[in-house]
Amino acid sequence: MAFSAFTPTEQKADASIQKRSPVALLLLLPGVIFLVLFFVTPLLSLLLTSLQEPVPGGFFGEYRQALRWENYVFVLETYGTQTLRSFGYAALASLFALLIGFPLAYFIGITLRRFPLLQALCLVLVIAPFFISFLLRTLAWKQIFAIEGPVAGFFSMIGILGPGQSITGTAFSVVFGLTYNFIPFMTLPIYATLERLDLRLVEAGGDLYASPATTFRTVTLPLAAPGVISGTLLTFIPASGDYINASRDFLGSTETAMIGTVIEANFLVLQNYPAAAALSIVLMAVILVLVGIYVKRSGTEDLL
Amino acid sequence: MNRPLPEDPMVRSLIAHARRGQVTRRTMLAGTGASATALALAACAGGGSELQPAEDRSESDPTLNWANWPFYIDEDDNGNYPTLEAFQEQTGISVTYNITVDDNNSYYATVRDQLALGQDIGADTVCLTDWMVSRWIQLGYTQELNYDNIPNAANLSEDLRNPEFDPGRRFSIPWQGGFAGIAWNTEQVGELRSVDDLWAPELRGRVGVLSEMRDTMGLILMNNGVDISGDFSADDFNAALDIFREQVTGGQIRNVRGNAYTEDLVNEDTLAAIAWSGDITLLNFEAGYEKWKFVIPEAGGTLWADNFLIPIGSPRKTNAETLINYYYEPEVAAEVAAWVNYITPVEGAREAMEAIDPELAENELIFPSDETLANTRIFRGLTGQEENEYQAAFQSVLLGA
Repeated sequence: MAFSAFTPTEQKADASIQKRSPVALLLLLPGVIFLVLFFVTPLLSLLLTSLQEPVPGGFFGEYRQALRWENYVFVLETYGTQTLRSFGYAALASLFALLIGFPLAYFIGITLRRFPLLQALCLVLVIAPFFISFLLRTLAWKQIFAIEGPVAGFFSMIGILGPGQSITGTAFSVVFGLTYNFIPFMTLPIYATLERLDLRLVEAGGDLYASPATTFRTVTLPLAAPGVISGTLLTFIPASGDYINASRDFLGSTETAMIGTVIEANFLVLQNYPAAAALSIVLMAVILVLVGIYVKRSGTEDLL
Repeated sequence: MNRPLPEDPMVRSLIAHARRGQVTRRTMLAGTGASATALALAACAGGGSELQPAEDRSESDPTLNWANWPFYIDEDDNGNYPTLEAFQEQTGISVTYNITVDDNNSYYATVRDQLALGQDIGADTVCLTDWMVSRWIQLGYTQELNYDNIPNAANLSEDLRNPEFDPGRRFSIPWQGGFAGIAWNTEQVGELRSVDDLWAPELRGRVGVLSEMRDTMGLILMNNGVDISGDFSADDFNAALDIFREQVTGGQIRNVRGNAYTEDLVNEDTLAAIAWSGDITLLNFEAGYEKWKFVIPEAGGTLWADNFLIPIGSPRKTNAETLINYYYEPEVAAEVAAWVNYITPVEGAREAMEAIDPELAENELIFPSDETLANTRIFRGLTGQEENEYQAAFQSVLLGA
């Protein structure tokens, strides 16, 4: 009886959805058109470009449509190291950003909860770097790390840096730059979840004789997981495709080229569009797989 | 209502396409499909039909966009360009001077798609290096100069009138020329004479070289005793490339950069570098004393010129020619040369310079003697295949691949 009482209403709801659907579709149209124009079309064009072959006897940078799958083999053989390096750097940067961003978010979202003004101020401080172009900020780090600059001077004084060694142009400076640039992207989503965290749950953990560490591990962390996951994604995905920090004009050198740098060089200098397109597709595919695994794993509680 | 079609060839063809079909649902759908295909094809098209120069609207449109390299025109303390201001006053043409060229390749890459479609690239004249100019001319991306509008072209230096890539200067005319050589910080480094001196152990990690392949590789090749203007072989190139690779992977060379290499010299990340002649004079001027010194290596330096071109899609050709004509006045050329310190292609500029600054008139980097010129070479034109191979090999070093 109880169940049958619900059935008619459900049917009615179904019908009303169906009746509304043409309007709903119409409302979806702008979004769909946008996606087709600015996502599907470029993606298709990218895919087609990645299969092009050079025009025999043609000019530098002249290509024609073909089905040259070898382009993928070529880029993976030639730029395998740079591809792996990108994901390694991006993973490191995400990890460091998490190590810095989580306590920061915790402090702002939970410790400062009783001082709204201070909380707002701290949030502004996290976002403040965005008011300056990140190119300028990265260039500023290059100056700070310059050989005759204060940091390198100190390091060589205490003997960490030998003669002829430098901070810029190393893996350290590139990962540093990535971490620095992406900290806000990590901090803000975590803050958003921690800010809404019901402190009574933490209190209950204490009441049940859990140590603060256990409470943190079994209560706070799982509740903050959505923020941590979106923070890592927001950091890892753009960081693996980043071409500024690792560029020779910023914090990198010839030994720190990441996949973004390679794509840039192939596109702008070598005019090897198929290789650049193939690398972009590889980058997208790998990110999709990695992120898929990550989200699936963290969706179950295995990860935590 | 019949309005004239817009200039832009792509918009034009789209409008024509739209007018052709009556707009029923079926033709509209077909049209969408066709234009999507057209866009996809346009993206891959390398050329095909002959490009037509844009119609010249200079008469009704007294403006001009000029794309150029950094530190490449006279500038006063307020960041204004005195010769350019005088030009605007004299002719009433208002010029937008854009410093958008940092590297021939990357500039080309940003405009090539529009060029291939014959569209306006936002520059009515741009100054690019010989070998890149050669590529533009071969691809038909330039408009032929009308020398009736450039009577001062008679002042063009005799030896620059018939380059291999543009005999008779139909499509291009030099802006400035210069040398690539070696430069060093005189406070920290003793005198350098050859490229080999850059590989000295005490300079480890403090040497910068240019991302312009022809200059960096040119100097190394010449240091190996190869004549870069002659018919050198791939083996010669590879031998030089091995040296370059060894110095990069070994950590001797700190960085490989475009025009921004001067930043590294200033913050002393690099103490010695392969450099362009005029930049060093300018850095010294900014420092207030002769902090850096530039020489052409004993084994020889490279000689190049950057040339005015008028891109195929520019609707302001006459304005561009008026500008070129103005900069071929010896007095104006001397004024520019006195600031940028590159070689001026204008005959009579030396005499004009004596009035401005007699000391500069003796400057070998602006008015090189035959002796200096004899020690420099122009990198020979590369075939398409050589260009591909050499650039790929050079870039593989820069990417550590």
